[in-house]
Amino acid sequence: MARADVLVSADWAEENLNTPGVVFVEVDEDTSAYDGGHLAGAVKLDWKTDLQDQVRRDFVNKEQFEALLGAKGIGNDDTVVLYGGNNNWFASYAYWYFKLYGHENVKLLDGGRKKWELDGRELSKDTVQRPATSYAAKEQDLSIRAFRDEVLDSIGKQNLVDVRSPDEFSGKLLAPAHLPQEQSQRGGHIPSALNVPWSKAANEDGTFKSDEELRALYADQGLDEAKDTIAYCRIGERSSHTWFALHELLGHQNVKNYDGSWTEYGSLVGVPIEKGA
Amino acid sequence: MCGAPAQTPTLPAGVDLETETVIYGVVSKDGAPVPSAYVRLLDASGEFTAEVVTSATGDFRFFAAPGDWTLSVLHKDGKVRQQVHAAAPGLTEASLHLR
Repeated sequence: MARADVLVSADWAEENLNTPGVVFVEVDEDTSAYDGGHLAGAVKLDWKTDLQDQVRRDFVNKEQFEALLGAKGIGNDDTVVLYGGNNNWFASYAYWYFKLYGHENVKLLDGGRKKWELDGRELSKDTVQRPATSYAAKEQDLSIRAFRDEVLDSIGKQNLVDVRSPDEFSGKLLAPAHLPQEQSQRGGHIPSALNVPWSKAANEDGTFKSDEELRALYADQGLDEAKDTIAYCRIGERSSHTWFALHELLGHQNVKNYDGSWTEYGSLVGVPIEKGA
Repeated sequence: MCGAPAQTPTLPAGVDLETETVIYGVVSKDGAPVPSAYVRLLDASGEFTAEVVTSATGDFRFFAAPGDWTLSVLHKDGKVRQQVHAAAPGLTEASLHLR
């Protein structure tokens, strides 16, 4: 997979805002960001209400995903270009989620909303309504999604990559520092996990580092390419960013995202936890 | 700011300032608050810890821990980088002026 197949520049996006068959989709942690101005013609997905089951802790099922994309006017043949705030954390999460349900043509806007704003590019407040489609999703591709038992079995055997900040990895913080720290679960990390913060894969303007820089980063941190890899963070969004870097940009095989992540693992009874750097 | 009344951040309900270490402030340029600035919180080793976008009034807020931190701000009209020390849980204020 080449970088150009999965990542588009802000210039490309600006030139293709009106291209038929290209749908821009904004996904933010701050779900009100879209309403304050978005790329012209872009639709919004709410990661909490649209992409999460509202009762169980899990994703929406295949039928719900089909209904969601149909209502948003996204067709199976459309090229979906995802972007968002937080250096594309939630856009990366949505990218991985679209791949999970088998959407063929998905791309990320490099740098997301941040780069777009820092460049001073235009945002629109117009209401966007696309004609509904009849969308058909595939069954979840579980070759890219890890669950807790597999994570436990991987300790000391496979690459576990904890992409949270060093202070979360050590147990000093329980959540990213833009969120309150009062959480129920224990602090620390999964034994044998490498700590390669997602931010090391990105430049300060939110764009991804070059393939050469990314290769050097993971090699220097001790990622063994001969082994399978599971990435995790707190709720699975930052680890989607690293999953994207490893699986989509560098072409590593057998890379999974553990969306249960630390909120699940750190609440499990009896599992091993390591603290400290 | 000299002579200005002490400002306090708007906090979500239920935040306990006995345990939370809140680093907060306003990003400004030429005396005017700057909305939509990207504020990063870096830990003592310079590693990314969190990032927020300033509000319409230029406000930002982090939930950190006692220790040494760096705030790094990017905006299309300027940037600034500044150290901040949070001595203990509670409020630590930092005013950031874009250059």
